[in-house]
Amino acid sequence: MKYMLIIAGADDGWAHLSEAEQGALYEKIRAWWGEHAAAGEILDGHELQPGSTATTIRRSPSGEATVTDGPFVEGKEMVAGYGILDLPDLDAAIRLASSWPGTMDTLEIRPIVEREAMPETA
Amino acid sequence: MTERSAVDASLELVLREERTRLVASLVRILGDWDLAEELVQEAAIAALEHWPVDGLPRNLGAWLMTTARRRAVDRLRRDARYRQRLVQLGEEADEMERPIATGGPLGADDRLRLLFTCCHPALSREAQVALTLRTVGGLETSQVARAFLVPEATVAQRLVRAKRKIRDAGIPFRIPESSELPERLEQVLAVLYLVFNEGYLASDGAVSARRELATDAEWLTSLLVRLMPDEPEPLALLALMRLHLARIDARFSDDGSLILLTDQDRSRWDHDAIRGAAASLDRAARMGRPGPYLLQAAIVAVHAEAPSYGETDWAEVVALYDRLIRLQPTPVVALNRALALGELQGPAAALAEIEPLAPRLDGYHLFHAARGELLRRLNRHDEAREADRRALALTDNPAERRLLQARLMEPNGP
Repeated sequence: MKYMLIIAGADDGWAHLSEAEQGALYEKIRAWWGEHAAAGEILDGHELQPGSTATTIRRSPSGEATVTDGPFVEGKEMVAGYGILDLPDLDAAIRLASSWPGTMDTLEIRPIVEREAMPETA
Repeated sequence: MTERSAVDASLELVLREERTRLVASLVRILGDWDLAEELVQEAAIAALEHWPVDGLPRNLGAWLMTTARRRAVDRLRRDARYRQRLVQLGEEADEMERPIATGGPLGADDRLRLLFTCCHPALSREAQVALTLRTVGGLETSQVARAFLVPEATVAQRLVRAKRKIRDAGIPFRIPESSELPERLEQVLAVLYLVFNEGYLASDGAVSARRELATDAEWLTSLLVRLMPDEPEPLALLALMRLHLARIDARFSDDGSLILLTDQDRSRWDHDAIRGAAASLDRAARMGRPGPYLLQAAIVAVHAEAPSYGETDWAEVVALYDRLIRLQPTPVVALNRALALGELQGPAAALAEIEPLAPRLDGYHLFHAARGELLRRLNRHDEAREADRRALALTDNPAERRLLQARLMEPNGP
């Protein structure tokens, strides 16, 4: 099954960590990601720029677009990255998410609708 | 020809014993919970047609299983959606045709898989409860609704959502790996204990419908014990439930008021059942690794085995609470420990222990009720009444309300 792993962390990111600590955590995440990607469990994914760089576009019922500064959900936790997982079942996805190196983060697992794939990009 | 009534009785009995096994096995084969339940229903209807004419089969459970499985294979063949599944299950074809001997290890595994899946942590507690009662316990949706005092449509929707999540989120139908087992078993036990308490503590409107929840929970727990005989906590939970059920008749007066442990007529307790439960508890204790249910059951056993309230071994109760509080450092456990301590050292000592819990237990009616009782024993009657009034404002339970109201009407007495 395919899942999207949504990784959320404190809005101020790693500001509470020293530069050396940030570097060490980043290395841990790289190693973790590399290991699961090599095993075919993570197909794709990215780290995102902080929530302060986000732009939200809301469509009105008539189709009008309103553009505002910031992410669509204001909160203490911001989406910081995502990965696309390919695993046998939810328990495997929970195990993987539970081993994520960012110990203070919150992770969400969402199954991906697979019956009709989005068209491939050229 | 077999008598119709004999067929009905046999079918009811075998369904009570075998229904869970049938559903569990079909869920595993089909991966479709609704279809599994439907096929069990169909097999039961087929039995009502065939058994009066052909006579009762030698093994009723195996007959139902074979019939349901044959129909499952037909469905799989007919429905394109299941075709791939049928190919995958090719190697299981033999097994599907073979009647399953009752009590076989395979059937047992399926029921355990079913229970763990129903209590998966990715489902809400409400969904876990509804799914466990409906699928493992075999209750009708309407029965679950009546017992939990919620509209039937609400329960139906919870079940639909839960089954959809199991399918769409890929919740596996399996027994957790040993590294996950303690946490997952805790979920199962929490669901069973919640169902039990919902029935055991019931004292309002639909008492009998709710009371049955306690015996349903006891049945489900005994099933879990049979499936996991080497795990101490399920056995301890079963002992805990049986220690409570053995004394349930003495808990209420004829007008439905709650009778406190202090005032219960101990000759109305089922002392054989208490001895049986205590023996189970000893067996669980010998398995080592004492968990929270073992300690709770041990505390209840001290009460159940005491000849009178005054002769309760309070030192033992306090010692058990000391161990429990290390595993479950909650304010409610601290409150109960303080009350036991009060029996050893007097109400002033207990009151001193519970006052610091006030900020965390202010919304808990039993905190105020216990405080009221201690204050009364210290002859601080005005404060006692104030505490009782707080407790009364916080509970809807009619039996508890009656007890508190009676207390408030009592004259100040020595």
